[in-house]
Amino acid sequence: MAKHETPLLDQLESGPWPSFVADIKQQAEVRAKNEEGIELQIPEEVCDDLLGVLELSYSDGETHWKHGGIVGVFGYGGGVIGRYCDQPEQFPGVAHFHTVRVAQPNGKYYTTEFLRNIMKIWEMRGSGLTNMHGSTGDIVFLGTTTPQLEEIFYELTHDVEVDLGGSGSNLRTPASCLGKSRCEYACYDTQAACYDLTMEYQDELHRPAFPYKFKFKFDGCPNGCVAAMARSDFSVVGIWRDEIRIDQEAVAAYVGGEFAPNAGAHSGRDWGKFDIQKEVVDLCPGKCIKYEDGKLSINDKECMHCMHCINTMPRALMIGNDRGASILCGAKAPILDGPQLSSLLVPFIKVEEPFDELKELIENIWDWWMEEGKNRERLGETMRRMGFQKLLEVTGIEADARHVQEPRHNPYIFWKADEVEGSWDRDINEYRKRHQR
Amino acid sequence: MAFVSSGYNPDKPMENRNSDIGPRKFDEFLPPVIKKNFGAWKYHEILEPGILVHVAESGDEVYSVRCGTARLMSVVHIKEMCDIADKHCDGYLRFTTRNNVEFMVDSKDKVDALKADLLSRKFNGGSYKFPIGGTGAGVSNIVHTQGWVHCHTPATDASGTVKVIMDELFDEFTGHNMPAPVRIAVACCLNMCGACHCSDIAVVGIHRKPPLIDHEHLDNLCEIPLAVAACPTGAVRPSKVEVDGTTYKTVAIKEERCMFCGNCYTMCPSLPLSDSEGDGIALMVGGKISNRISQPKFSKVVVAYIPNEPPRWPTLTKTIRTIVDVYSKEANKYERLGDWAERIGWERFFEKTGIKFTKHLIDDFRDPAYYTWRQSTQFKF
Ligand code: HEM
Ligand code: SF4
Ligand code: SF4
Ligand code: SF4
Ligand code: SF4
Repeated sequence: MAKHETPLLDQLESGPWPSFVADIKQQAEVRAKNEEGIELQIPEEVCDDLLGVLELSYSDGETHWKHGGIVGVFGYGGGVIGRYCDQPEQFPGVAHFHTVRVAQPNGKYYTTEFLRNIMKIWEMRGSGLTNMHGSTGDIVFLGTTTPQLEEIFYELTHDVEVDLGGSGSNLRTPASCLGKSRCEYACYDTQAACYDLTMEYQDELHRPAFPYKFKFKFDGCPNGCVAAMARSDFSVVGIWRDEIRIDQEAVAAYVGGEFAPNAGAHSGRDWGKFDIQKEVVDLCPGKCIKYEDGKLSINDKECMHCMHCINTMPRALMIGNDRGASILCGAKAPILDGPQLSSLLVPFIKVEEPFDELKELIENIWDWWMEEGKNRERLGETMRRMGFQKLLEVTGIEADARHVQEPRHNPYIFWKADEVEGSWDRDINEYRKRHQR
Repeated sequence: MAFVSSGYNPDKPMENRNSDIGPRKFDEFLPPVIKKNFGAWKYHEILEPGILVHVAESGDEVYSVRCGTARLMSVVHIKEMCDIADKHCDGYLRFTTRNNVEFMVDSKDKVDALKADLLSRKFNGGSYKFPIGGTGAGVSNIVHTQGWVHCHTPATDASGTVKVIMDELFDEFTGHNMPAPVRIAVACCLNMCGACHCSDIAVVGIHRKPPLIDHEHLDNLCEIPLAVAACPTGAVRPSKVEVDGTTYKTVAIKEERCMFCGNCYTMCPSLPLSDSEGDGIALMVGGKISNRISQPKFSKVVVAYIPNEPPRWPTLTKTIRTIVDVYSKEANKYERLGDWAERIGWERFFEKTGIKFTKHLIDDFRDPAYYTWRQSTQFKF
């Protein structure tokens, strides 16, 4: 018998999409029965009370979680988000309901052995509810009490050898696309790069020392499957700079209808016969593809690296051999100054172990941002306030036409004294010799 | 419920402490066929919605079956995933950035049994546990945030809105019937933990009433200068207020300057702004992140306010349904929602979807607003 009536939430059990309400209920039931005899370390009714407090929010249209509360594990500034209910008498099971972020393996592959082990910790020491995964990529354990935090940390780091992720004004848990593990478009090893930098910067990840949060994300190609350019301060996006490789026989097979275009992505509808001219040549933003006499050719110098032709004919076209990544900086969500996408800083960089070039770049940017960034100012906002030239200066990168969509509209140029012949030191008396007062 | 110690000793917190060990290394978790062909994949194909095959240069194949999930999931549910992976996939599985779960097998013979097993599993109440889809020119799972389930600043729920939208778009999840991928995101407040600013369709919780001020407690709970500095529009200033004969140090808010962002509340719990009538949803469309054909772009607000109507948010789902249907009918193959809207012009977008254009859709926040006004006589009647 459920502890609270939840007539509104119950309506979310119907419909085909997996119901979180049904799932929380099944966890509530398992906890109540506790057939495995687990020594539950937080209240047995935590799942029931979560449903209860959520039902209350559904009926009155407002959240019932209190603001903040600083909790964490010894020596770390991040990884745990404190949470308290504002109706603790009514819902004692969730009076304390803190979130624990656990670092995810890059690419989010798991063995069932590992998953079962971390679940074992969580059903005993937490609510048994999770987010797989949090927005940043961490495994998110939803809901435990303060005395359990060190215990969870101890078991995670000793029994399953995994650490907490980031939260607060620090490096957030870096995330990558699945990259070379299963994608033929990956221009570098996103997982290896992500892992290496995550390990290198554990201190920055766990001990807040930044003006605000900082995120790296690693996309293996311009398709952007982890949305690096939209949501990371330092976005690494795979790219090639030589020729797209072409298999003419496979091109013919697409034209002939033997291979489905776009790997079969449009199979649900009759779009008519594949028209290579209309669907590939005409849509190429570089206008650099020709299809003549049954042969496809690309003027690679004009290619914009958009991935469209490759996505459309994955068996005929392949990324080039000279591979690396572009680095873009400064993406963020609207708070405070409106949303920003990442801006191109390095058009091409080799991304190879030990990733020294990447690290040098990151550290130069951090030094500048930590010096100049205001409290709660993301890198993108610092860039906007101080100017893109400042970023070039601190990273020692030469300005390049690729850095802009178009050159500036206004001639209010901040020349520096040493850029002007004779510098700025002038004598007013000398001037007056030439010009009367 | 006796306390069970893990071995941690609070008197000597540094004893045997393992700090900064990071995540487990990804290659411990790769299925053997993936590990063997790492970096040597030749091509992939989507055999049917939700089912991919990747073919390696060696000739090896891996078949991935992608299933939607609610993201908020229980240990019981995850153990069920583990059972499936043990039974069919040699004990490996993976999650995607969009909160799908993928089961991988190394031969085609194993796909049908896996598929049948996944589709046979249902929650009490009848919803699928593992609906198959989320690939190609369709709707994948919704990236979303915490909402009323776990956050202190939401203006709407996330798990609930996601559930009702995905129920509505279930055929688009299990099918390839769109002109191009349609990516949806839900963020329950402007912090956008779930990041909406570049999605084809973005659901964003918004407040519409300025913060309440808890005068008698503010100075005890908050740093007044922090609350003042937090406001992007300078609406908050220090002040004094007399309540029942006692003078309190507090803040005053210039209400007409407030854009309801909630930053002051993030800095100061004595400035709550949630309100059942004030809160609701702004609907945004036309953003994208991939560089394919056109450049990444921001989503644009097309409905300034939709009320919260829990548990099933009918106005929200109906509006999304309309947009998806018109887009699906009118757009060209490969054309993302935002590219379509730009091609036909936003005046036509509003005409064709029947969404009313209002003054709230004209930007008035700082410099970037100016770049969104029309400075031309090139427009359509
Ligand atoms: C072999 C694996 C994959 C391939 C070949 C692939 C291919 C693509 C392609 C072609 C696009 C561009 C879509 C377009 O604009 O037309 C894309 C974008 C994207 N993919 Fe993947 N993808 C793969 C894996 C994944 C996975 C596993 C996920 C997560 C579930 C994912 C999430 C995304 C996202 C979020 C985008 C960006 C869409 C946007 O612009 O908003 N991809 N991917
Ligand atoms: S970003 Fe590119 S390389 Fe990475 S998974 Fe997506 S398509 Fe593949
Ligand atoms: S990647 Fe894009 S720009 Fe380059 S050739 Fe292909 S379609 Fe054209
Ligand atoms: S988007 Fe806002 S309300 Fe939602 S989880 Fe993030 S901070 Fe909380
Ligand atoms: S909600 Fe935002 S705009 Fe309004 S007073 Fe608070 S910080 Fe300022």
